[in-house]
Amino acid sequence: MTYLEVSSVGKSFTRGSTTSEVLRDINLNIEKGEFVSIIGHSGCGKSTLLNLIAGLTETSAGGIILENAEVTAPGPDRAVVFQNHSLLPWLSVYDNVNLAVAKVFARSKSKAERHDWIMENLQLVQMAHAKDKRPGEISGGMKQRVGIARALAMEPKILLLDEPFGALDALTRAHLQDQMTEIHSRLGNTVIMITHDVDEAVLLSDRIVMMTNGPAATIGEILEVPLERPRNRLELASDRSYLKCREAVLKFLYERHRFVEAA
Amino acid sequence: MTLPAQADSKVTALPFKAPAATVTVLPRPARRFNMATVAGRIATVLVPPLVVLAVILTVWQVVFSQPGSSLPPPSEVWAQSYDLIVDPFFVYGSQDIGLGLRVLTSLQRVAIGFGLAAVLGIAIGAVIGQSKWMMRGLDPIFQILRTVPPLAWLPISLAAFMDSGPSAIFVIFITAIWPVIINTTVGVRNIPQDYRNVARVLQLNHLEFFFQIMLPAAAPYIFSGLRISIGLSWLAIVAAEMLTGGVGIGFFIWDAWNSSRLTDIIVALIYIGVVGFILDRLVALVGSFVTRGTSAN
Repeated sequence: MTYLEVSSVGKSFTRGSTTSEVLRDINLNIEKGEFVSIIGHSGCGKSTLLNLIAGLTETSAGGIILENAEVTAPGPDRAVVFQNHSLLPWLSVYDNVNLAVAKVFARSKSKAERHDWIMENLQLVQMAHAKDKRPGEISGGMKQRVGIARALAMEPKILLLDEPFGALDALTRAHLQDQMTEIHSRLGNTVIMITHDVDEAVLLSDRIVMMTNGPAATIGEILEVPLERPRNRLELASDRSYLKCREAVLKFLYERHRFVEAA
Repeated sequence: MTLPAQADSKVTALPFKAPAATVTVLPRPARRFNMATVAGRIATVLVPPLVVLAVILTVWQVVFSQPGSSLPPPSEVWAQSYDLIVDPFFVYGSQDIGLGLRVLTSLQRVAIGFGLAAVLGIAIGAVIGQSKWMMRGLDPIFQILRTVPPLAWLPISLAAFMDSGPSAIFVIFITAIWPVIINTTVGVRNIPQDYRNVARVLQLNHLEFFFQIMLPAAAPYIFSGLRISIGLSWLAIVAAEMLTGGVGIGFFIWDAWNSSRLTDIIVALIYIGVVGFILDRLVALVGSFVTRGTSAN
């Protein structure tokens, strides 16, 4: 049975008298524990699709069902890691995670249990040492890790990552990708990740959803990534099926759906 | 000025010579925290205003020492208002008290009026900032009302409250509230969408959103509004007290004018200036303390 079901979803924005259709007829089924990447050129509506699943924007057509319940509003069962970390700068790292934990587990966990849970999640992303620092005092990669810890601490049914590593330098990005794979294999979360990095998509995902260019973008192709887990970045660099997947995505993006508009 | 760092750092990593890169650790600049530098720093802050003050007093003394001048020179102020200057807290009778006590009475009124304006202003500003329609409807009205001078409110508040005490406080309140409302509104409108999304994902209710996201995020704006407000309150209190009477510093000036004690007025003016300055700095200080992590992103 499908865990998350996106069926014939469309989204158009109306401003004044002009209506622009961003997404059309999106159909996507995701199993529990799956890691799915959504890739496409910028402006194709990837983030819009993620916001629809998160419930932050409403669908114009179709519907989204998560574990037999329709998505109508945002909620902590669909935790989002935003592209620019969106930590609250006036709270410490600990308090940023606590904001989520205190809200989600207000009744179900005692104060001591909540504390342990916060620390456990900070340890998971290796940020426990900086728990009293403010977001302004830590690096971009660290902020993103705290953002991931905050999202994981909500114990979401599905984790939504909106270009989580996009703003980071290549080395930090690789490091965080490895941590993300490790967390995924340990906790078995269901993850949807927006990305525009082909290697990132192939390395992390079970399936890669490739989007056509907008306006009225839709899913062009879905690629299964038949690589064994755990995956090793170095070994995969020369792996035949890895290279084949990579080539398939690149061909889709740059041959069949070239970005025509000047970026 | 020399640049010592250049001379000391030797980082050689030229490939053809191939020596291991040597990184010389720079000696830390010796911490000099002696009395001379501290005294020097204090002097640079204090000396210029003191010099200017001395010049002003001298000119004032010279110009107004001629017989028949309309205003008293500083020496006469010192001689005639000696009691007021040296002891701010004397009590000789119910209407004959030190200026410090009068200022405290005025400050009490300001505290009530300004406090009400701050609380209500932030609440109203928060509501308006959240709603586009409220903003469109109310902002033009507020922009007009805020330009009404403090004293213009007095007759109508006297008519409404039929008592001078509450009307003085109302005048302060109505003068001080506009900058708080307007700045809070702008602050709330400028809350990044990211923070709002976080709140929505966490399903924070209105109260939680107000205290955990809105107040801290808008705090820098709110405090710049409060700082303008406290200045306006202090402006308004003097004017209001002149008309309503009582023991405040404003009425003291009016009373001194009626009994031609010009030197007392001059002393009172200095009091008002100094207290206004302290109030402004106080709010600024609280603001910089409260908003310390907010702008750092």
